[in-house]
Formats: sequence, C-alpha cells, structure tokens
Amino acid sequence: NGLCFYCESKTEPSFKDFICVDGHFSTSSNTKHFYYFEFLEASQKSSSAENPPNSARILCWIMTGPRNLESRTKHVKQTWGKHCHHILYMSSVKTDFPTVELNVSEGRENLYWKTIRALQYIHQHHQDQANWFLKADDDTFVVIENLQYILSKLDPEKPLYLGRRFKPFISQGYMSGGAGYVLSKEALRRFVEGFQTGQCTHFSTIEDMALGKCMETMKVEPVDTRDVKGRQTFHAFPLDHYVIRQLPRPRPWHMIYDYYEPNEGPNCCSDFIVSFHYIYAVQQYVLEYFTYHLRPYGYSYRFWPDEIVERDDLKHWDDTEEELGRTEKTVKDR
Amino acid sequence: MLSEGGSFMKGMVVGGVFCLVLSLLGSFSPVTESRTDGNDHHHHHVKAASKDELQQLSDSRLQELNDQLQVYCVVMVQPKSLVYWATALDTWTKHCDKAEFYTSEASKALEAIDLNEKDDWARLRKALKHAYENAGDIRWFFVAQPNTFAIIENLKYLVLTKDPEQPFYLGKAVKSGELEYVELNSGIVLSYEALKRLVNVFQEEEKCPERGRQLWKLSDDKQLAVCLKFTGVFAENGEDVHGKGLFNSKTVDSLISESMKQNPSNVVEGCCSDLAITFSGLSANQMQVMMFGVYRLRPYGHDFHDLLTFFPPEGSDND
Repeated sequence: NGLCFYCESKTEPSFKDFICVDGHFSTSSNTKHFYYFEFLEASQKSSSAENPPNSARILCWIMTGPRNLESRTKHVKQTWGKHCHHILYMSSVKTDFPTVELNVSEGRENLYWKTIRALQYIHQHHQDQANWFLKADDDTFVVIENLQYILSKLDPEKPLYLGRRFKPFISQGYMSGGAGYVLSKEALRRFVEGFQTGQCTHFSTIEDMALGKCMETMKVEPVDTRDVKGRQTFHAFPLDHYVIRQLPRPRPWHMIYDYYEPNEGPNCCSDFIVSFHYIYAVQQYVLEYFTYHLRPYGYSYRFWPDEIVERDDLKHWDDTEEELGRTEKTVKDR
Repeated sequence: MLSEGGSFMKGMVVGGVFCLVLSLLGSFSPVTESRTDGNDHHHHHVKAASKDELQQLSDSRLQELNDQLQVYCVVMVQPKSLVYWATALDTWTKHCDKAEFYTSEASKALEAIDLNEKDDWARLRKALKHAYENAGDIRWFFVAQPNTFAIIENLKYLVLTKDPEQPFYLGKAVKSGELEYVELNSGIVLSYEALKRLVNVFQEEEKCPERGRQLWKLSDDKQLAVCLKFTGVFAENGEDVHGKGLFNSKTVDSLISESMKQNPSNVVEGCCSDLAITFSGLSANQMQVMMFGVYRLRPYGHDFHDLLTFFPPEGSDND
C-alpha cells in the first residue's frame, strides 16, 4: 500500500530523508526554510483515483465589511491570506483594499444575502480559477497547506462540503460559518442552481445553517474532516477553548453543537489544523508564528498521517526495512 | 640634624605604609575587575552555529555531539505557585534529559527537592550545588522558573558546538550599572565548567556570601553574576545566526504586539526567532497552548532538513 524511498541529494548534502508515499508528490518549491519534494518518477503502484497532493486549487473568499478592513481584514491579508492561490474580500462597498462589492448592505441580518451573492459572483467570474472554494470570516485563521492535504484526497467534481460539522436544525448537519467551510466545484454549481430553480431560498438569516439546508436539498455531502486519529481540523473557537486539559465533564456550551463527539485536551485537535475562529489582529500573527516559524529544531514529530506506522514505533520501521530488502541506512540515522 | 633626618624618615615610612595599605585595599575591592583577555567589550554574544558550520562536521561527529548533549533542568518552584509548577511538569520540562524541581518548602500535592529555604539567593545556591553533585554525565544546566516556557531542543542547538568544559553562562544578558548578568525569568544556561567554578566560589564567603550583604540586597540573578565574575565567567547573550535574541522575558503575544507597532509590514519576521528558546510571564493555560503550538501545530508538507534529530519523550500525550 505504500512505497518508501531513501533519498540523498548530491548537490545539497543536508537533503537526505526517508519518504513514504501512497500516491506521488509532483510539485516542488524552495522557499525560505522549507522544501517540497520532487519525484521525477511517478509511483506506478498507485491504483487509486486520488489526486496527488497540492493539486487542490483553492479560492479563498473572506466575508468582511468596511468597518473591519483596518482592524481585522488587513491582518488576514498579511498572514494566511498570502497562502491562498486566489483571495477575494467580499464587502458591501468596492475599495482599493481590494474588496468586491456585493449588492447587499452590512449587518448580521444580511449575512446570508451576502453569502448568496458572493457565491453567485464567484460562480459567475471565478469558477474556472479553482476547484475548491473556501469561505472564511475576517476573524478566521486558516492553514491552507493543511486544507490542501485534506482536499488532495477528494474529488472536486463530486458534490462535497467541508468544515466544522454541527448537528442541530439540519438532519445531515451543517458547517460552522466562523470556522470556515469549503465547497467543491460541483457543490458550488449546485448551490447556484438551487437558487436559480427556487429549490434553495433565503428562508433564514442564519448564514451557515441556511447554507447547510441548501446543501442538503441539493444533495451535497458533508465530509468528516477529522484526521486519522479522530481529531478535529476545523475549529469554531480559538485553540485555548479546546486544548486545555479538563477533568471529564459534560459538553461545555461551546461544543454543544458539535456533530462528532469532541475531545477536550491535547487530543482535541489534529497537528494539521485547518482553522480557528475569533482570531483578532495580534492572534493572527501569533498563529502564523507558531505555524510557519517557531519550531523545535530537529524534532521528530510524533504524528505522521501517511506513514505506515507512527514515528515512535521504530520496531515496525525495522521490519519494513527487511521486507523491502534494503541495506542502506536505517531510520535511526534520520 | 639627626632630628630633621628622623622626621623625614618617619614621613617616608608613614607614607610608605599608607601607600601599601591603600594598594592592598584596592585589590580587595570587588568592583575593579580586570579581564584577563584585555578585550574591551560592552556586550558578549554567543550565537548558534550556522548551517554551513554544522555541515562541515562529519556525520559521526554530529551524531556524537547530538547524543552527548544532555540538559539538566533546574526548576525553582514554590507551593504558592502550584498551578505553574504542575503545568511546567506537564509541558516543557518533559523534554529535559533530567528535570529536577527545587522548592522553598514541601508541598503535599507535588514532589520536589525540598530546600527548606525562603531566601531566593540561598535557595538558588542550594539548588545549583545539588544539581552539580547529581549531574552524572550531564554537562549543561538550565535554570528556570515554572512560568517560563523553554524549548529544550533549541537550547541544544544553541550549545551544540560549544564545549561544556569551557565556562558558559548564557541567556538574556542585561546590564545593571557595571554588572552584566543573565535574567533569571528568561532562563539561565550554565556549562559544567561554569557551574563547577560557581560551586567552588560558594565556599568563599568574602566573594560570594550566602546571605548577601544586608546593606545592599541584590536579586538572585544579579548575585549569581557577581559570584561568577569572580571566577572569570561572564554573562553572554544567546542569539541565533541572525543575531536575534533567543531568550525572551515576555510572552509571544506581548512581543508580537510590540512588533505590530514597530514593524507593521513585517510583523512576524521582525519579532522573534524561529528557534527561540524561552518565553516568560505565561499563564498556565498559555503554556498548554504553547506546547501545542510548538510541538504539534505545523503545515503539512514542510520539512526543514535539520542536521540533528531529537525524539519525543516517552509517555507524553501533548507533544
């Protein structure tokens, strides 16, 4: 089910590592401190139809307004916004920020109208630029690479819908607006079609729930975005609402809506976080620092989603070595 | 005539004795310290090795350094800050090769080495002496308080190519008048040699008194600097290859806030090192959040090709 390589670079002596893949990596880019891998020979063993990682093209759109551009949206633009292939800032007013003008006024009661108009706008002008469409608020923080990782295993031509799944009101559940949600290309088509045919209407001002209803009506499937250990990736609150150790207790108020049984403490959250909500100015930069900059040098992380077994189970690694008949360096040299 | 010569001789003798006494007093003064190397430096720095420097070492040498480098964490706790104590125990201290908690008085809730000592400086002395005597093969010592968060792997990276048989006294180095010292709240690093010299000078009450001169009471981190100075060991600022300080006496949030004002177009790069070692003044919850932020949260697909490898501690669920 997987192929392992030991690679060394002749030109860059520090570049040497084990890489195990279950598909094939096909992009490379060297920026600052990090490297992507380039495999010149595609794996021939990959028989599944899964997309290679990084083929997901994501268009990000941010729900914002004139009042927040300076205090919130600016910081999104300077941090995680840069990791989107395309990013649009949706507002009631056109500005040089730049913002897109939707023909809708500001205010909580208009959020769903804004969403409808935004998705129609994107469908009309940008649908070919991406195969996945992420909605976020101006106080959401997103790690685009981790979203890409999840999306790389999914088919954008299928009607799919991802986010922090909530269970009330809609029988198949709906995705939290603040935690950010993603529509596949097909899901976007169906949303727009729903409004064209009247199958979907503006029946409520509660944006995320109402969109969830349209998704259900148009037979768009919600995806379970938890990692292989059952830990959440999208979050409707900041990290400290989940990761602090607690004694066993009934679900706190902020997790009452969760569709899947949530964990509290260190097992709440995947290493490969996709989002947090209620992240203002300073915290956007703090999260960027933690995600992309601050790190423990040389640390061999415990969790790897794709490898045959986890990092700290070295015995299995050695067995695999023998199976593959390799005589080169063992994993201890890693 | 003899009386005139006698006065002159008396004068000479008195003058000579006076001069001798003055010069003897002068050499006892703790303030005039002469540096043996004669360099005029107002600030010492110790920088982490660059990638190039590390690449010049052979694989086996690098592995050797990696394996030998062990850190003994000396954590100064008190029952009144039990929550911080418990949090430190549950978070960053798990990454020390040896972590000992030294308390001012025993606590029923948590185990520690009870120094039974209220005075900060006397307690620090006892703790360091105990650490020295129980070091085993460990050659690097890190002194911290429980509301400091430390990334031990980055500490190891800083001292990787430094010889612990040489005196090193590192951290966030600040000046107070003539005295340059390392702030305790951002963590103090001592090499084996520095600690050895320190423990030896503890026996010299004149130079390094246990109870301090009651007339002027220095903080424990300043007392430490004074004593070390007597042994020829000086405070040095720990920095990354770019010259950014690695030991921080503030929280990440605080430093980012400052950077937003000072470098609004380059907030994160203008703030803190990627390989920072300490942040301080954290709440217990913030320490748990940092644990996740440092040891778990990351973007998929990034690999730094570091030249060393550190493994996660056994039996830990939060890293």
